[in-house]
Amino acid sequence: MLLINIVGIVLIALIVWWFWLYKPKEAELGENDLIITVENGTYSPARIKVPAGKAIDIKFMRKDPTPCSETLLIPELSISETLPLNKLKSITLPALQAGEYAFHCQMQMYRGQIMVGN
Amino acid sequence: MSSNTTSGDASCHSNDATTSPHYLHTHDHHHHDAKTANLQELIIEGAGCASCVGKIESALNAVPGVEKAEMNFAMRTVSVAGTAPADALVNAVEKAGYNAKIATAEHEDDALAEKEQADWAYYKRLMRDMTIALSVGVPLMIYGIVGGAMTVNTTGERLAWLAVGLLTFAVMVIAGKHFYIGAWQSFKNHSANMDTLIALGTGTAWLYSMVVVAAPQLVPEMARHVYFEATAMIIGLIDLGLALELKARGRTSEAIKRLIGLQAKTARVIRDDKELDVAIEQVLMDDIVRVRPGEKIPVDGEVIDGHTAIDESMLTGEPMPVEKAEGDAVAAGTINKTGSIRFKATRVGKDTALAQIINMVKRAQNSKPPIGRLADVISAYFVPVIMIIAITSALAWLNFGPDPALAFAIVSATTVLIIACPCALGLATPMSVMVGVGKAAEAGVLIRNGEALQTASKISAMILDKTGTITLGAPKVTDILIASEEDESTVLKLAASLESGSEHPLALAIVETARERGIESSKVANFSAIAGHGVQADVDGKTLLFGNEKLMRERNIDLGEFVEKAQNLAIEAKTPMYFAVNNRLSAIIAVADPIKDDSIAAIKRLQQNGIRVVMLTGDNRATAKAVAAKAGISEFFAEVLPEDKSKKVQELQMEGEVVGMTGDGINDAPALAIANVGFAIGTGTDVAIESADITLMRGSLHGLADAIAVSKATLRNIKQNLFGAFVYNAAGVPFAAGVLYPFFGVLLSPVVAGAAMAFSSLTVVTNANRLRLFKAQEH
Ligand SMILES: [Cu+2]
Repeated sequence: MLLINIVGIVLIALIVWWFWLYKPKEAELGENDLIITVENGTYSPARIKVPAGKAIDIKFMRKDPTPCSETLLIPELSISETLPLNKLKSITLPALQAGEYAFHCQMQMYRGQIMVGN
Repeated sequence: MSSNTTSGDASCHSNDATTSPHYLHTHDHHHHDAKTANLQELIIEGAGCASCVGKIESALNAVPGVEKAEMNFAMRTVSVAGTAPADALVNAVEKAGYNAKIATAEHEDDALAEKEQADWAYYKRLMRDMTIALSVGVPLMIYGIVGGAMTVNTTGERLAWLAVGLLTFAVMVIAGKHFYIGAWQSFKNHSANMDTLIALGTGTAWLYSMVVVAAPQLVPEMARHVYFEATAMIIGLIDLGLALELKARGRTSEAIKRLIGLQAKTARVIRDDKELDVAIEQVLMDDIVRVRPGEKIPVDGEVIDGHTAIDESMLTGEPMPVEKAEGDAVAAGTINKTGSIRFKATRVGKDTALAQIINMVKRAQNSKPPIGRLADVISAYFVPVIMIIAITSALAWLNFGPDPALAFAIVSATTVLIIACPCALGLATPMSVMVGVGKAAEAGVLIRNGEALQTASKISAMILDKTGTITLGAPKVTDILIASEEDESTVLKLAASLESGSEHPLALAIVETARERGIESSKVANFSAIAGHGVQADVDGKTLLFGNEKLMRERNIDLGEFVEKAQNLAIEAKTPMYFAVNNRLSAIIAVADPIKDDSIAAIKRLQQNGIRVVMLTGDNRATAKAVAAKAGISEFFAEVLPEDKSKKVQELQMEGEVVGMTGDGINDAPALAIANVGFAIGTGTDVAIESADITLMRGSLHGLADAIAVSKATLRNIKQNLFGAFVYNAAGVPFAAGVLYPFFGVLLSPVVAGAAMAFSSLTVVTNANRLRLFKAQEH
C-alpha cells in the first residue's frame, strides 16, 4: 500500500515537472521561414524564438480539422486569424519588445509561446 | 485536402513532411495541372496609356524564368507564363514605374465554401467513428444493464472477454485514434489537452480490463470486473459530441457569412469606352462602374450620372431605400433598386466600407471580453490539475475505500479524467461573443471588441451630443410667417438671394429650401454683414435686411405682434429671423435643426432601461432647453465648448457612472475616447470604423438602445455558459471522484461522464446559438 502511495505521489511530481516546470527548447526563426504546424492538438514547434524590434511573418499550416484549431489568437497583440485547412497562412507580427507572448486556439487546447529576444 | 475525408487518417501524417520546406508543393492539390501552375496573373495599377503595355511587357520578359508576358490593357492585367517567382514579377513591374499585385482567385466566400466542405468531411468522419464505437459499446452496455456478468472468473469468461477486449482495441484504433495521437503529440510538447484526458481515461479503463482478463490473479477477486463498454461508449459519445458541436458552431458564424455574401463577385467597368465584366478584385480606383437595377454595388464610389434608390438595409439596418443622384456616395454590398447609374470607384478591395466591416466584425468576434479571462486562466492549468486530482482520487479509494477498492479507484480516476474536459469552459465566452457581435452587425451596430461589448452592458449614463445625434444636424426652414403683401415664394427668393453668399448654417437652410422648391436666386448688390446681427443687401432693386430683433429695432422697423410670434417660435426650439424689405417687416423665417423622427422613442427606450440620459450641446440655454424638453430629456448641459465635452464625461464618471458618449465622431473624438464606451454615429458609408468602441451604421438612436440590449443579452448568455461549463467541470469532478459514495453509495459511471463531457460543449454552443433568436425591442 505504501508503495502504491509513493508511486502516486511520484506520478504527481512528474506531472508538475513535465507540464509546468520543464521548459522545452524553442525553435528559432531562421533564414528559411519557420512553419508552425497545427496538428493533433498541438502546435509544433510550440515555442518559437523571434528577434525583438522587428516586424516578422510567421507561417501556420493547419492540418487538424477540429474546428477549435481554426482560430489562432495572440491576445496580447490582439491578433485573431482564421487558419485555413491544409493551406499556408502567413501572420505578421508587429515589431515587438522582448518578452513572452502566448498564442492559442479558441478553446485554449492548443497552446504555444513566442519568445521575443534580442 | 481531399485525402482526409476518405481515408480518415488525416491525423497520422508523419512529421517529416511538416519540416520540409517543399511540403506545400508536394501536397497542394489545388494545382492539378502544370499549365495553370505556370501561369500567373498580375493586376497593374497606374497604366494609363497604351504605350505602357510595351514597357511592362518588356520589363516582365526580362525577368529570368519568364517565358512570355502578355498584357490585357483593357483589363489592366498581365498574364505571365514561366517559372519566375511572383515577387520578382511584382518587383520588375514596380521598377518600370507601375504598381502590380498578384491576382488571387481567392474570394472570401470561396474560402468559406472550402471551410464548409472541410467541416462537412470532418463531420462525416466523426459520425462514422461514432457509429463504429457505439455499435460495440451499446450492446455491451445493454448486456451489463440487463444483468449480464461483467466479471472474469472462469476460463470461458476469460476467452469471451479477451475477444471483447480485442474488439474494443479495434474501436480504439479505428474510431479513437485521433485522441491517442493527439494526446501523445501534446505530451511530447509538454502540454496537455482534451485528447490527453480522453486517452488517459479510456486507456486506463481498457488496460485495467485487459489485466483482469490476462492475469486475473493479480486482481482481488471482487475487483475482477471489466470496463470495455466504458471505453467504447466514451469514444463514441465524445465523437458524437464533437460532431454535433461542429454543426452547431457552423450556425454561430451566420452573420459573417451573410456579410461576406453581400460582396459582389464581378463588376461592370467602363474602360476605353467599352463595358467590361471584371472580377471584383480587378476594379481599380477611379474606374467608372455601371450598375443596373437589381444589381449589387460592387465597390464604394461616387455617382457621376443617373438616379436611383438604393437599399442599404444590409449595411445600416435602415429599411427605407435611399435616393441617390450625382455626387452621392454609394457603398459596396448595397442593392441598386430602381435606376441605372454610373459611378466612379473611390474605394476598392480591402478598403471598401463593407470589407472593413467584415474585417472588423471578424476580429471582434474572436476577441474576448474581460469576463472570459478567468476561464482562460483556468483552462490553461486545468488538464494537469485534473490528472493530479484523478491520481489523488484513486489513492484515496485505495487507502480508505471499501472493497473492491481497486475497482473503485480505477472507476473514479477514469470518470474524473473523462468528465473534466475544459473545452466547454474554453468555448463559453467566444461562442457567445461570436453570435452577439454578429447579431449586432445585423442591426447595423459595429462593436469593436469584446471589452466594448462587456462595458456597454454596464452603461448607467448616456451622454448624447445634440447636433447630429439627437437632431439631424442640418437646420431646415420650419416656418415662414408673412407680415406683408409679398407671397412666400417671393420672400424665399429674396431671402435666398441675400443669403447665397453666406456660409452660416442657418443661411444654408434657407438657400437649400429655396433650391428644393425650384426658386432661382437673383443678383445681390451692396452686400454687407452686420456682425452679430444679420446681413443687408440690395436685390432686384429692393433693400433687404435679414437678422435678429435687435437689428430690426436699430433700424426702427415696426415689428408689432410679430415679436410675440417670434417668442413662441423660440419656445419650440426654433430660431426666428426677421426679414425686412425696404425697411418694412416682410416675414419671420424660422429655422430649426429638427429632432430625428425616432430620437424621442429611442431615448425613451434608454430611460426605460434605467439609463440616465444627458444631453450636451454648444447651443444657447433656451434652444437646448427646448430641444431637451421635446426629446424627453430632463438633464442637459448647454453652451459647452467642444474642448469641454470630455470634461462633462469625466464629471459623470466622478459621480460613479459608467458613461456612454454618443457623437458624430469628429469633434467629439476626445469625449468619445474618454467615455467608458464611445458610440460614433456613422451614416452608412462613410464610417470612421476604427475610431469608436461602437459604431452605429445608421443615424437612428435606436441603434444605441439596440447595442446596449445586444450587449446585455450577450453578457447574460456568457454567464449562463460559464455557469454551465463550471457545473460540468468543477462541480462534476467531485462527483466523479466519489463524494456521493459515503452518503448514497453511488459512484458516477465513466459512461455517464463520457456523455456529460460530450454534451458539455454542445450545450454551450447551443446556448450561444439561442442568442441568434434575440430581437432588439420592436421599433
Ligand atoms: Cu474537449
